[in-house]
Amino acid sequence: MALTPQDIGRIANLARLELNPAESERMLTRLNGFFDIVEKMRAVDTSGLEPLAHPVAAVQPVTLRLREDIASEPNQREANQQSAPAVERGLFLVPKVIE
Amino acid sequence: MSSPSTTALHDLSVSDLARLLRAREVSAVETAQHFLARTKAHQSLGAYVALNEEATLAQARAADGRMAAGTAGALQGVPLAHKDVFVTRNFPSTAGSKMLAGYQSPFDATVVRKLAEAGAVTLGKLNCDEFAMGSANENSAAAPVGFDTPAPVRNPWDTRRIPGGSSGGSAVAVAARLAPAVTGTDTGGSIRQPASFCGITGIKPTYGRASRYGMVAFASSLDQAGPMARSAEDCALLLSAMCGPDPDRDSTSLDMPAEDFSRSLQDSLDGLRIGIPAEFFGEGLAPDVRAAVDAALKEYEKLGARLVPISLPRTELSIPVYYIIAPAEASSNLSRFDGVKFGHRAKDYTDLVDMYKKTRAEGFGDEVKCRIMIGTYVLSHGYYDAYYLQAQKIRRMIAEDFQNAFQQCDLIAGPVAPSVAWKLGEHGNDPLADYLADIFTLPASLAGLPGMSVPAGFGEGNMPVGLQLIGNYFQEARLLNAAHRLQQATDFHLRQPGGL
Repeated sequence: MALTPQDIGRIANLARLELNPAESERMLTRLNGFFDIVEKMRAVDTSGLEPLAHPVAAVQPVTLRLREDIASEPNQREANQQSAPAVERGLFLVPKVIE
Repeated sequence: MSSPSTTALHDLSVSDLARLLRAREVSAVETAQHFLARTKAHQSLGAYVALNEEATLAQARAADGRMAAGTAGALQGVPLAHKDVFVTRNFPSTAGSKMLAGYQSPFDATVVRKLAEAGAVTLGKLNCDEFAMGSANENSAAAPVGFDTPAPVRNPWDTRRIPGGSSGGSAVAVAARLAPAVTGTDTGGSIRQPASFCGITGIKPTYGRASRYGMVAFASSLDQAGPMARSAEDCALLLSAMCGPDPDRDSTSLDMPAEDFSRSLQDSLDGLRIGIPAEFFGEGLAPDVRAAVDAALKEYEKLGARLVPISLPRTELSIPVYYIIAPAEASSNLSRFDGVKFGHRAKDYTDLVDMYKKTRAEGFGDEVKCRIMIGTYVLSHGYYDAYYLQAQKIRRMIAEDFQNAFQQCDLIAGPVAPSVAWKLGEHGNDPLADYLADIFTLPASLAGLPGMSVPAGFGEGNMPVGLQLIGNYFQEARLLNAAHRLQQATDFHLRQPGGL
């Protein structure tokens, strides 16, 4: 199975990446080269197996915790916004989204 | 123990340096100044991407103050440097990406905080592949200290060669003695492989041992922090300070108390069963690497260990499995870089979606874009089961293969990489060559097992060769014990590159 230039355009849109034509072409070659080495993985019989997310769960139960929903941080708005590209009166600025 | 009059500060081990500092034979300020001067003298290696001398010296003065007050920690006054994947106050945190150029974190990563609490002083931030994606440190968009534009990180054993990656700057800083020890991160081998290529010692603990809070995320189910230093003894000191549960900050952090990983360094290896996986010694292994690894295994036999043939039958499959899972998680993690709350934003755009696309096109390098594309594709509708879930199922098989192997042995040994460090630019037109060279480090990463690289000799071009040791879950102390005993019988970890 080989990806087409249309696939590259569709994936780039999903990934919110602008690719120029030369980049798209390079990406197509690279991804098709990559998926060649993935093919042998698809043939492996994995029926009845559970996917492994936290690796230590292979040997013991691992619970992914949630913490209590309580405020634990002081207000650090200025520190948190110091690396923002556009801020005004403590708000992040983005292009207009609602007409 | 050496004294500063006979041995330069940069030649001391972390434990010797800590002892000198505690005895107040040298101050933390003098030590920091020594390493800062040395770092600048060797900045052509490209190891550091950020220094802040004022902040470093302020930390050093505070360390001297704690020493005087009698409240010194285990690493009081010892200068360390951090891979630029850890966020830090006072130094920019960029993960080697243009996307985060100049980013100032409002907080310290948990690992950074814990090392600081143990008394360590931060020298600066170390170069790495962009978002830790790479095996040669050739994917960094950061300009090293002393450079105006991105420049290669150079292996001090041969400056025409790569240092390995993604913790390339970390490995070079230790090998060139620009820091006594450093932090690194390992997703698919990023501590072990550069440690091997630069002739130093590095350990990746069991997944979940060290908090990932404040580590710029690449692949969350694989990323793990660890120390890199000249010896196993020094790694044990750092690792003891770095590990421990972080229940409120990292949901994958394990509820395992911090340990003293130095406690069993001296234990005898008599009767230790070392598993030798046949799949790690096949056709792809360069003869010079094989010779060095075989010689190290012979040393282990002399130390009383027994070599046991084992099989890890899915070693080759670990390449596609890893390069599906890691990009999938990366594509999700890197979706946060949208030009809104932090980081780069494109100058010209028509609307919000256009801003996202142009921002990401400008901010990410080629390798990162490629992995985002792979990840987006394998997570997309209609492909998720065939790729991502299939990879996670084979991941379980790989983890089970290790458990079967550990029925017959106490730890596993083999090469870290199929060859010594290659020349800068050599894999430039073939990124898949880098992927294939990760074959021996990926299995332990996928299984979440602790693994380390220990200097085992020299190969082609007099380049260092590392021996990989893999332990079962939570067996870090055993690994460090085995590494330490080898280092008492050999001196490869004490050798240093010429010209420094």
